[in-house]
Amino acid sequence: MLKILTIDDSRVMRQMLHATLSGAGHTAIQASDGQEGLETLSDAGHVDLIITDINMPRLDGFGFIEKARELPAHRATPILVLSTESSDEKKARARTAGASGWIVKPFNSDTLLRAVRRVTTG
Amino acid sequence: METLEAIKVTFFQECEELLGDLETGLLSLQAGEGDDETVNAVFRAVHSVKGGAGAFGLEALVRFAHTFETTLDKVRSGALKADEAVLKVMLRATDILADLVQAAKTDAVVDPDRIAESSEDLEAFWGGHDTAAPAAAAGESDDWDFTPLAFAPVPSLAPAGPPRWTVWFKPSTATYAKGNDTVLLLRELARLGDCETVLDASSLPAFDALDAEESYLGWTVTITTEEGEAAIREVFDFVSGDCEVRISGEVVAMPQLSTLPILPPVMDLPPLALPSAQIPALAAVEPEQRDVLPVDGPADLHPRDKAAKKEKEAAPSAAPTIRVDLERVDRLIDLVGELVINQAMLAQRVGEIDLTRASNVQLALESLEQLTREIQDSVMAIRAQPVKSVFQRMPRLVRETASMTGKQVKLVTEGEGTEVDKTVIERLSDPITHMLRNAIDHGLETPDERIAAGKAPEGTVRLSALHRSGRIVIEVSDDGKGINRQRVRELAVERGVIAPDQPLTDDEVDNLIFAPGFSTAKAVSDLSGRGVGLDVVKRSIQSLGGRISIASKAGQGSTFTMSLPLTLAVLDGMVVSVGEQTLIVPLAAIVETLKPKKSDIRRLGTGMLLAVRDAIVPLIDVGVALGWRSEPIDPTTGVVLLVECEVGGCAALMVDAIQGQRQVVIKSLEQNFQRVESIAAATILGDGRVALILDVDTVVGERRVEAEAGGSPRLALAS
Repeated sequence: MLKILTIDDSRVMRQMLHATLSGAGHTAIQASDGQEGLETLSDAGHVDLIITDINMPRLDGFGFIEKARELPAHRATPILVLSTESSDEKKARARTAGASGWIVKPFNSDTLLRAVRRVTTG
Repeated sequence: METLEAIKVTFFQECEELLGDLETGLLSLQAGEGDDETVNAVFRAVHSVKGGAGAFGLEALVRFAHTFETTLDKVRSGALKADEAVLKVMLRATDILADLVQAAKTDAVVDPDRIAESSEDLEAFWGGHDTAAPAAAAGESDDWDFTPLAFAPVPSLAPAGPPRWTVWFKPSTATYAKGNDTVLLLRELARLGDCETVLDASSLPAFDALDAEESYLGWTVTITTEEGEAAIREVFDFVSGDCEVRISGEVVAMPQLSTLPILPPVMDLPPLALPSAQIPALAAVEPEQRDVLPVDGPADLHPRDKAAKKEKEAAPSAAPTIRVDLERVDRLIDLVGELVINQAMLAQRVGEIDLTRASNVQLALESLEQLTREIQDSVMAIRAQPVKSVFQRMPRLVRETASMTGKQVKLVTEGEGTEVDKTVIERLSDPITHMLRNAIDHGLETPDERIAAGKAPEGTVRLSALHRSGRIVIEVSDDGKGINRQRVRELAVERGVIAPDQPLTDDEVDNLIFAPGFSTAKAVSDLSGRGVGLDVVKRSIQSLGGRISIASKAGQGSTFTMSLPLTLAVLDGMVVSVGEQTLIVPLAAIVETLKPKKSDIRRLGTGMLLAVRDAIVPLIDVGVALGWRSEPIDPTTGVVLLVECEVGGCAALMVDAIQGQRQVVIKSLEQNFQRVESIAAATILGDGRVALILDVDTVVGERRVEAEAGGSPRLALAS
């Protein structure tokens, strides 16, 4: 069982992620944008995995990944990007920022769980 | 686990909010108030609709949202300027997006021609020739690629091939810096089939030359699998670019293969072998852990903290919220209502026992009363909502009405943050819709007429909300031609609403449009009235304890003013005695109370008038008006309540005595008994008796009708 932080400004997406992840026995904590994601990280401490959206208000996914990577505790935490964006340019940007992998929305639960498994030891 | 249906409900709720944000954003761009963040917010709204729609397989919605999004992306990147023409097309696209959402909700279908037309309009801004953006091509192509993609496009190779593959890979430090781990890669490979894993430690330097931050190790995995090369490549999707990978159907010659022992597949990795595989991972983590040590000194940490703090202040942190079933809040409000009644009863009972004012019981009761009121206010605040949700729906209505009537209209909204009880919000939409349609259909002139009158061809309709003396006031004003009073008069006479020679002030003529059976449109226009007269609108507003009126200036425009109580649950009332009965008069209506002097009272026919300072107002005995007695009491023995009514005039209500002021819980008479003329609702008093709440407007209005019928001279109402 993993503790997973999910960041998405869409309630629908957060609910779907929560349903999928908790269905697979994981604990999903939620944040609605990058800024809240950082705050949640500092409150929650250790997480096994972060799944983040790109297009969000206040602090977008790229900004979030960069800032999360600056935190000593999350230098090596796997971060998956979950976005409808699929252009190579956006992926390259996410990779430069420090993302571990990319899932294109909409996702089905198998795709998501497979990606989760691929980047975590759980 | 939440069911998909529940999530779908959230999706449609969210869509409504997103569409509202979208429209608001586009309108503020149109008004020249938008900035980059507005463009981003607008983009995100469409993007989120698309994302959610994709999850539910709502293809038509996804397709259109994608085209819309691509156009918005052009604006975001600066390739397209959001000028008037672009925004116009986008606003129309917003309407279609809203229709598609609605259609998805109800399983209906939107006219494909409308979608196609709007899509073409959107695409016209960037065109098929724009090869710079790959998304543009995707928008036009029919086969949508929404299958999960990884960092590097996976070459789609035929799954056929030799069952034995040799995979050589060597992660770089960057691989570990992004949270990836060799152990995981080996485990994924092991999933595909039997593996023989060889560690390539050839680059490993002597121990004293070892740099803890470097990555030295590589692996060769010989794997027997039917899955094919694509499946193997997929394992490396997330690390490609940072990690050298070579895959081959034959045995690859290893560069300087060392004589390290062959490791079993990683799933069965013995604990002893693990550390060696994890060395690079640890190496990648270590420098960061050093970061917290005072190596760089606190001087370095300080500014960073400060910057972080500054950023936190700059970005307004959203207040945490919870979502609660409305039913629970309603139940709470009901209960608080009962609490208020109970508290009042208790106060009354204690009052009957002869206690000194300073007794402990009295003091405790006073603080109970205070607390009850605070609880009530807090609970009501839970249900309060900004009128934004209603206002947001109006730009579309204005656009549609404008295009149907061939008029050019700009809608300006003010006071969207004004809060009002949810039960009231729900009832605002219809009257506002009606007033706006009326303002555009009847108030505004056609562009040609406006130019002839020396005005700008585009008319302005202003929709505003504000709080005024415990009520919400909604105003709809236009800068059109104003009410044609002569025509209104003629029509009113023609339809028997007034007598031909009846003297009326301009204000009164204007407000004839609310009279039953009156419509200034030559044919009852389906557009402005949707078949419903303004009289019906007025009645429905009155039934909520509200008022509506219109003021007009020839050639300059008209203003509809509607006021409603902030809540339909409680009311601040004046408790008065009339004969044997106790009545509640809404405090909001009362301007002042006074004891009339004999010299101030004039008799006029069957009616009475009261001189209040410079003005003369009709004096109405409430007992007579309600039919409880036939003769009015002697005015000098009673008390007069000076009330304001919806036509902007005053009247004086005469009652026997004032008992006090109290907040009362409104109990509907229609629901519990039946509708009673001149009575707005009922309440339960402290002693358990039912008291009626007076409908001031009706009482005053009736008196006026009587006065007219009696042929007495027109009463000039003081304003």
